[in-house]
Amino acid sequence: MTASVGVITFPGSLDDSDSQRALEAAGVTAVSLWHGSDSLAGVDAVLVPGGFSYGDYLRCGAIARFAPLMAEVVAAANRGMPVIGICNGFQILCESHLLPGALTRNESLHYVCRDQWLRIDNSRTAWTSDYRAGQEILIPVKHGEGRYVADESTLNELESDGRVVVRYLGENPNGSFRDIAGICNEAGNVVGLMPHPEHAIDPLTGAPSIDGQGFFTSVLTALVGSGNMR
Amino acid sequence: MAARRTVRLEYARSRGHCGESGVDVARVVVDVMLKPEILDPEGRAIQGALTRLGLDGVSDVRQGKRFEIALEGEIGEERADTLNRLAAELLANPVIEDYQLRVEEDQ
Repeated sequence: MTASVGVITFPGSLDDSDSQRALEAAGVTAVSLWHGSDSLAGVDAVLVPGGFSYGDYLRCGAIARFAPLMAEVVAAANRGMPVIGICNGFQILCESHLLPGALTRNESLHYVCRDQWLRIDNSRTAWTSDYRAGQEILIPVKHGEGRYVADESTLNELESDGRVVVRYLGENPNGSFRDIAGICNEAGNVVGLMPHPEHAIDPLTGAPSIDGQGFFTSVLTALVGSGNMR
Repeated sequence: MAARRTVRLEYARSRGHCGESGVDVARVVVDVMLKPEILDPEGRAIQGALTRLGLDGVSDVRQGKRFEIALEGEIGEERADTLNRLAAELLANPVIEDYQLRVEEDQ
């Protein structure tokens, strides 16, 4: 018996196959899900991958949010299913209101593509439990619209509830408020982050590290531990 | 050229010009702007370009989006409500953006 995680493909998704590969490498069964479907196909968790869904038209994630499958994802997330959004997936989860705030144009106006040091600030989520709180990891960032913004009271709430999951260390790549790279919902089952752990799981691919593996082994731990598998 | 006047959407009743189909067509305009407190780096870059190109005294530039929706027939209360809802759910993200709707009619 193994845990299965669905990876959604939208028109314009780029990192769906890398995400599936990262999940499989962690011992999770990756299931390909199509945005136009209205069925989660019995998966135990969902990964919303990076890319440029619908060409980033209107706002990043604004159209993908209304894909038929997203209604199922929102309902399942509200029932406690682990969901992670990476990069464009994070933007989609914010547009879906599963996570607060929004991702806006990088302060520098430059698309930033580089290896980035991060600190895991919350290791209690379904996707970060295999890290230590305070652990520093090196994984790639690649985005033009990754500047996390929210109003002051939302930011304060995120901080006081420990819902900032990962933070940029060193130079902030996009001008994100409070160096926020990723956050989670109140229950900790929904996580969104701009950096790409799925691109840092295999030393053979020239990634800077294999520090991204923890996100994928964590969800396996969460699913096996909770007995929430079907 | 036809003069334009602006009608607040909630009071709008389409008496627009006849489109090719022969049906009255109203033009609903939705303006979307980043909220004042949200940094607009594109506006800032445009401000720099305006200044470089010889315009003195530019103290701020904000860039926004304008949507023009051609609607056939009477707008009515129900469609006005739908328009207001979709402006907030789709056309704008109220977390970071303000929006305004109005109907433009040819007189």
